Amino acid sequence: MAKKVLMKGNEAIAEAAIKSGCRHYFGYPITPQTEIAEYMAKRMPKVGGLCLQAESEIAAINMVLGAASAGVRVMTSSSSPGISLKSEGISYIAGCDLPCLILNVQRGGPGLGGIQPAQSDYYQATKANGHGDMHLIVVAPASVQEMASLTGLAFDLGDKYRIPVMMLADGALGQMMEPVDFEGIGCETLPEKPWAACGHGGKRKHNVINSLFIQPEELERTVIERFERYKVIEENEVRYEEYMTEDADIVIVSYGITSRICKTAIANARKQGVKVGMLRPITLWPYPKAALRRLAETASQFLTVELNMGQMVDDVKLAIECKKPVSFFGRTGGMMPSTDEVTAEIMKLAKGGNN
Amino acid sequence: MSKVVFEKPKALADVPFHYCPGCTHGIVHRLVAEVIDELGVEDRTIGIAPVGCSVFAYNYFNCDMIEAAHGRAPAVATGVKRSLPESVVFTYQGDGDLAAIGTAETVHIAARGENVTIIFINNAIYGMTGGQMAPTTMPGQVTTTSPYGRDRKIQGSPIHVCEMLSTLDGTAYAERVAVNSPKHVIAAKKAIRKAFDMQLNKKGFSIVEVLSTCPTNWGMSPTDALKWVESDMIPFYPLGVYKDITKEEA
Repeated sequence: MAKKVLMKGNEAIAEAAIKSGCRHYFGYPITPQTEIAEYMAKRMPKVGGLCLQAESEIAAINMVLGAASAGVRVMTSSSSPGISLKSEGISYIAGCDLPCLILNVQRGGPGLGGIQPAQSDYYQATKANGHGDMHLIVVAPASVQEMASLTGLAFDLGDKYRIPVMMLADGALGQMMEPVDFEGIGCETLPEKPWAACGHGGKRKHNVINSLFIQPEELERTVIERFERYKVIEENEVRYEEYMTEDADIVIVSYGITSRICKTAIANARKQGVKVGMLRPITLWPYPKAALRRLAETASQFLTVELNMGQMVDDVKLAIECKKPVSFFGRTGGMMPSTDEVTAEIMKLAKGGNN
Repeated sequence: MSKVVFEKPKALADVPFHYCPGCTHGIVHRLVAEVIDELGVEDRTIGIAPVGCSVFAYNYFNCDMIEAAHGRAPAVATGVKRSLPESVVFTYQGDGDLAAIGTAETVHIAARGENVTIIFINNAIYGMTGGQMAPTTMPGQVTTTSPYGRDRKIQGSPIHVCEMLSTLDGTAYAERVAVNSPKHVIAAKKAIRKAFDMQLNKKGFSIVEVLSTCPTNWGMSPTDALKWVESDMIPFYPLGVYKDITKEEA
């Protein structure tokens, strides 16, 4: 029997990272994710690892770049304003094809915003984590358990495709406590990284980790090669959960903490005879386009529920090519919708659909 | 029988430099490579290139190399060194990179006493972008963004990097050298060797600031540029050892 432990989401990620062979953490304190640095500071020295508090988010992400270049499993974590500071480094990491885990425990914005949970960095995470033609794999957990298991997956995918992975969580998931089972999260042997800049040891030509290609032909070729890899990721690594979609007339699309509010609202609406279900993206990039397209054949309408003013809603419309109406409901600035609010929104759409 | 009296250091790649005539980057590259050869550490050395004229340094050294974002080389170096504590890590940075956009990274790598060596090229100007004011541009010096001469009241005062970093506990070694004469080149080589020795002996952070030329953007001939280092730069940026903890320990 695997042992379940009660942990905060932030701590579960930290522990899962260590179990996955990550021995290097570079961070900078920012609410609501500081527990990760604190947990790492306590645990890393006990497992022969390193937790280093950098002088800034900018320095932290560049330390990650250095460690990833050297070939080790490495991560950093921050919250929204701090992720903006890391953007430059994230772009360089993507341009250098370096694997690492970057965690964003989102809070309300823009600017200093607030410290309560939000999902208003969806655009940033999925469209423009930094300058240039680039993507990160973006995973979005909905429970403390999933924060742990997706951490292991994130390191594996990063190494497999030589791509940085972002976990897009939020302040609620980071701060709440739930039972976690670490069974199956771990790494026996870390993959070989013959490309790493770790000293050539007199055995090979020198390795160069670089994102500069001054000849446009060369840069274009490099970007196109990277996008070939992105295509393979899009074909193989889409993850999502479907909930009561078999007979669903209304399909909610929601991820992270918000999807849990939606599940209760779906139960409430079903009691009132509304056939409603949900598709929960687990990977936000690559996005579950095909699954949504399939649902668009049977459902009559879609509703996205987000902790922002409507960001993922664009991707739903694109995925289903606007073949069915897509509505949006959300709260922002750190506000959470109640299950009653979401239920009311479903009922409104159900009634409108009967007209 | 002929005897080899001069050859290219093994750590230096056999490719032509892209530097302007009279620029002293090439001399400094060579000195770093000679030191790597002497210490026999090329196989475990990782160099970090900056953004600036020496951005292509990753093509010029035969050790493993990483190209960092502007100013971030000390943070990248920290990530490498903390992952591979037995490696030899150096950054090679210009004055804009190190003393303007990367000031925080520079101060904190020194404060942490990372066992990393920085080779800092101070030519008092931004070379790659075409001669703009640097944090090391001297009062009165004309650049494209200080066309009437740097005025302390408007553009502030330059930063003396070695003096500043020598105040930090983590700095084991800080020396300012020049490469405008054979005598100075020999002294510069000694300083670079000393800085690498400090790193190998895990003494802490080491930096060698090299007063360098930029004839193109200074608007001088290579010969005049070397003379200007002597007449104008050295009086303002005095050469010498600013910190040496092995002397303090002795």
